[in-house]
Amino acid sequence: MATQEAKFKVIGTRPIRHDGVDKVTGRARYGADINLPGLLHGKVLRSPHAHARIKSIDVSAAAALPGVKAVITSADFPKLKSGVVPLGELAMNPLYMSMNLLAHDKVLYDGHAVAAVAATSPHIAEEAVKLIKVEYEVLPHVQDVRSAMKEDAPILLPDVRTSGAPEKSDKQTNIASQVRFARGDLDVGFKAADIVVEREFNTAMVHQGYIEPHNAVAQYNADGQATIWTSTQGAFTARDQCGLVLGIPASSIKVVPAEIGGGFGGKIPIYLEPLALLLSKKSGKPVKLVMSRGEVLRATGPTPGSHIRVKMGANKAGKITAAQVWMAYEAGAFPGSPVGAGCMTILAPYDLENLQIDGFDVLVNKPKTAAYRAPGATNAAMGAETVIDELAEKLGIDPLEFRRINGAKEGTAQPAGPKYLRIGYLETVEAAKNSAHYKSPLPKVSGKLVGRGVASGFWFNAGFQSSATVNINTDGTANVVTGSPDIGGSRASCAMIAAEVLGLKAEEVHPVVADTESIGHTDMTGGSRVTFATGYAVYEAAQDAVNQLKQRAATLWKAKPEEVVFQDGVVSRTTNGQESMSLKELAGKLPRAGGPVGGRASVNPRGVGPAFATHVVDVAVDPETGKVDILRYTATQDVGKAVHPSYVEGQMQGAVAQGVGWALNEEYFYDEKGTLRNAGFLDYRVPTCLDLPMIETILIEVPNPGHPIGIRGVGEVPIVPPPAAIANAIYRAVGVRMTELPMSPPKVAKAVLEKK
Amino acid sequence: MANKVLVETTLNGETVEFLCEPRQSLLEVLRDVLGFTGAKEGCLTGDCGACSVIMDGRVACACLVLGPEVQGKKIETVEGMAKDGENLHPLQQKFLEHAALQCGICTPGFLVAAKALLDRNPKPTEHEVRFALAGNLCRCTGYDKIVHAVMDAAAVMQGR
Repeated sequence: MATQEAKFKVIGTRPIRHDGVDKVTGRARYGADINLPGLLHGKVLRSPHAHARIKSIDVSAAAALPGVKAVITSADFPKLKSGVVPLGELAMNPLYMSMNLLAHDKVLYDGHAVAAVAATSPHIAEEAVKLIKVEYEVLPHVQDVRSAMKEDAPILLPDVRTSGAPEKSDKQTNIASQVRFARGDLDVGFKAADIVVEREFNTAMVHQGYIEPHNAVAQYNADGQATIWTSTQGAFTARDQCGLVLGIPASSIKVVPAEIGGGFGGKIPIYLEPLALLLSKKSGKPVKLVMSRGEVLRATGPTPGSHIRVKMGANKAGKITAAQVWMAYEAGAFPGSPVGAGCMTILAPYDLENLQIDGFDVLVNKPKTAAYRAPGATNAAMGAETVIDELAEKLGIDPLEFRRINGAKEGTAQPAGPKYLRIGYLETVEAAKNSAHYKSPLPKVSGKLVGRGVASGFWFNAGFQSSATVNINTDGTANVVTGSPDIGGSRASCAMIAAEVLGLKAEEVHPVVADTESIGHTDMTGGSRVTFATGYAVYEAAQDAVNQLKQRAATLWKAKPEEVVFQDGVVSRTTNGQESMSLKELAGKLPRAGGPVGGRASVNPRGVGPAFATHVVDVAVDPETGKVDILRYTATQDVGKAVHPSYVEGQMQGAVAQGVGWALNEEYFYDEKGTLRNAGFLDYRVPTCLDLPMIETILIEVPNPGHPIGIRGVGEVPIVPPPAAIANAIYRAVGVRMTELPMSPPKVAKAVLEKK
Repeated sequence: MANKVLVETTLNGETVEFLCEPRQSLLEVLRDVLGFTGAKEGCLTGDCGACSVIMDGRVACACLVLGPEVQGKKIETVEGMAKDGENLHPLQQKFLEHAALQCGICTPGFLVAAKALLDRNPKPTEHEVRFALAGNLCRCTGYDKIVHAVMDAAAVMQGR
């Protein structure tokens, strides 16, 4: 399948990552590891209420505690106007951002930040926040989307009107926006169906669960210049958000991206950075803020819970004739759930004539949701992919064959309209079908019921802006500078791309992740975009360096640049084959040939290649307890061109593990007062290595026609199929269709009992 | 302010003295007092294992141990694993070769917990590895490559 295999010398190999030794010796500096002379430690006071008016805040006792150097509340933020500002991949409302950073007149969820303190030790800061007196008037709260959409629901934000509503209304509402995608004729489509399946689904709010809590260190200087060290997915994105919300020029802030301990989308928004900066401004000292795990769960990240209805019809030949979807996603306390992405992804693997998809973004008294790995797509796939399994089963068609019959290919129109270029969806279905796993008999487990399920997934992947420089060292090696924080091995992939172009070994290229003053603008690490888009910039910058090298060689040889060729790290003269030089030799002669060589490129590539995945899973269900064990898991995926296959496999395996957690265990538990009751890793249960088997991966390489190396994003799509695949496997094991996530033991046990 | 306590302990084979407040955890002492930031804070409740250290031969969460408690104890951290400036511990080497880390924040804890396992059970089965590492959370890798790396390191250390 990989047509370009023979072309590459470095791409497709598995070198040791360049930042590896630092990370296995404990030397890598993450945000919380940053220490500065005179550093103060901050702590945030958070709301104990899901919804309340702030009547007063008295910080005098806290400010008077010895060791306390600064206290801030929302009064320290500038007054901002409501309105949406585009910011890279994100559209942001600075007023809402400010209201989320420190509550203004109301707290909108349990854990909402209210005030912050900086003191000479973290313990003093902790004592100080307890001395802040806040008088609240508790208001009724609403936490599930269907209640929040009702006319008489408690209103979170009085200025919100439904954007995208068919009829304009001036009524207060929690429905922040609605969207519809439609094509064909549903009535005609459902009439043509021999079978129709309709089901409702509920999925719980879950968290990205990165192991490193949010952190920020800020130093404000008297000249108005500031530096922030933080574990962020995007240094420029963090800088621009801070500038917006603090009403200062973004260029007055330098963001230094520290190593980052996981993000998955949750470290794109800012939480602590502006607080640290304001505390530093007030105290005149550098200030460090680090969240506890409880704060991370209560106030950052989560991805929405949702209510989804799916109705699909198919004929006896197995062709889907119509699909209708209705979905409402929890936005959290401020608008902006990924329901739009949910709508656009839910049916994207299929070639459909008649469809209608409605989506609603709904405010609830929970933390503002953030991106989480293919945001919006996993909830949606739980709906569509289990209904498709039911259609296939009722028609007596193998579920993978059913997907082959309906699968999207080059030229198929997506639900949102655009037609696919070359994609590899059908190849993933075929690979799953031909896998050793799918061909093997179901394992037997004593006392348990076993079943096998499959599901597919789609994710767009992102392009966006990236910059890179490639500087040739005097010894003929190269340094690659990018602005993309490396969360999962992207330094290695960027270095490998430069090495490929320059004819060097991967080890001869030194990748650097730079701060916002040392590299051109680069959007965040997210959207599966770094190896695609930053890799694109690296490729172009390395080509720029090659062109300069050719010119330098031409100068030395007194030849024309077009007479010089560069191949496999050697420059040679076409008109006189006798003359050739290695890159190493040429690098030593650069001072006499016109000076140093530095390639650079800034790109905003359009040729994004979407990703598809198809997964196979075997489960064992304990019919007494409802506990589901994953016996075997195989993930197939069109990965475009795998630059470093180990890290591509790693993305797939990690996403599967997160998907298993989402499917079986993870959920936010709120009590009747709207308080989060499982704000810790003991009760918010992410999978451990004892919960999982080895995760088999099948990489299919259908080169992306929009990228010079064929690269597609790989990181997000593998989280999309797992919950649906597991639900389908549970059905095959115990004969019940699960329609709620997580499929935790009590729910599975109840479903099994009800069936009896 | 609380009075500080003088504590003497053995850290990675060296005798170390430090002053700490009684309320400071071993994790705070390592990171903020002694500058050993290899152990990471992930939860402060002993649920994630990112701060794993070996204390008198057993894995412990440094966040659940108070600084004064390590008086007279032997503490090993990730910083003490490599033999010298040129030779990593086989576990560290195998983690690199198997791409057993992505973001790397959990890696020091996994390495320490895996070392404690191999110190007492040089030939673990896959299940024994998974059981021993179940107190360490990784959100990036799905554990597959970590388990492979530990098994492979065990084989190398056994001369297999």
